Amino acid sequence: MSTKNIEELEREFQAKIDADIKIEPNDWMPEGYRKTLMRQISQHAHSEIVGMLPEGNWITRAPSLKRKAVLLAKVQDEAGHGLYLYSAAETLGLDREKSIDDLHSGKAKYSSIFNYPTLTWADMGTIGWLVDGAAIMNQVPLCRCSYGPYARAMVRVCKEESFHQRQGFEIVSLLANGTPEQKQMAQDSLNRFWWPALMMFGPNDDNSPNSAQSIKWKIKRSSNDELRQQFIDVTVAQAEMVGLTIPDKDLKWNEARGSYDFGTINWEEFNQVIQGNGPCNKERIDARRNAKENGAWVREAANAFAEKRKKKELTH
Amino acid sequence: MSSKEWPLWEVFIRSKQGLSHKHVGSLRAADAQMAIDNARDVYTRRSEGISIWVIESKLVTASDPDESAEFFEPSESKIYRHPTFYNVPDGISHM
Repeated sequence: MSTKNIEELEREFQAKIDADIKIEPNDWMPEGYRKTLMRQISQHAHSEIVGMLPEGNWITRAPSLKRKAVLLAKVQDEAGHGLYLYSAAETLGLDREKSIDDLHSGKAKYSSIFNYPTLTWADMGTIGWLVDGAAIMNQVPLCRCSYGPYARAMVRVCKEESFHQRQGFEIVSLLANGTPEQKQMAQDSLNRFWWPALMMFGPNDDNSPNSAQSIKWKIKRSSNDELRQQFIDVTVAQAEMVGLTIPDKDLKWNEARGSYDFGTINWEEFNQVIQGNGPCNKERIDARRNAKENGAWVREAANAFAEKRKKKELTH
Repeated sequence: MSSKEWPLWEVFIRSKQGLSHKHVGSLRAADAQMAIDNARDVYTRRSEGISIWVIESKLVTASDPDESAEFFEPSESKIYRHPTFYNVPDGISHM
């Protein structure tokens, strides 16, 4: 048992962080660091799992066998991402079952974007292009997060996300270059997802009270507004390339800043969705709850089968 | 009927012949065979491996990070174990 007092331990901890030494599961860490990470990683895991639902909606209706195979692979990746992340959170002492129950009771949060419906096939393209694109912007800096297991999980996730974004952009760009109806479908999808995608980066820096501490701990490496700006700056050119219009009349290149100026985000809508009042919040949580309840017999059967196999091995 | 949680397993993957197995993460499974099957689906979807080891996490014994300074001290202080500790005169090669 260490005889150091808490101030000493905290000083040593911050010195490690400042020297870019990763923190590993059994290392001493301040309770706040552990709690912040557990909340962030489990929310991230929940987002991956809930994120399977809007796309799962189109697996049976994908327009070709190729698109169906691609979409299946993508949704399977999301399940894997959720699993890497739950595992990373478990290294901090997270109780996985409890954390999943918190999601189902509405106590735990997940990314607001997945509470929007996927109305047309074009949404599969837009989600890959914008939602996975925004996720990559968020996640690439997390590969350098100070907590080892989270950073390692993010490296794997980022490698896989890049396929997700490209397949999405391919869908959008094919539609945008197709018939007028197809182009309209792509534009309509962009109109619906653009603003929710910008909200994915979270509140403005002035309204993000925990950000400063997270940056000091190197849990976060860039601010919400920096990442959002970066996303807009790279995405505008991609939309222009395929001939689609970003639904923001205030969007304008600012020569002095070397960035785009953009319109005001509807934070009231963001808060409503976060609080559970988005178009699909109830549907998403119901689907997750049903999956857990209706799958209970499978988990029990697997336990019974494992017991049986163990007994058989012992008698040999 | 048992409704207990599946145990946690640590997963090790050999990425190709000639390399050792390396820890890649963990997962939950009812037994070892299911852990291997799940590890294939979770950690080798893109040809990352040709061999998988799994071990129940509770069976791993780890050194204590709080004591790592004392524990690893003997290797820190014996710099004469490294070839760079010795002077080799100019003109000597193949050494």
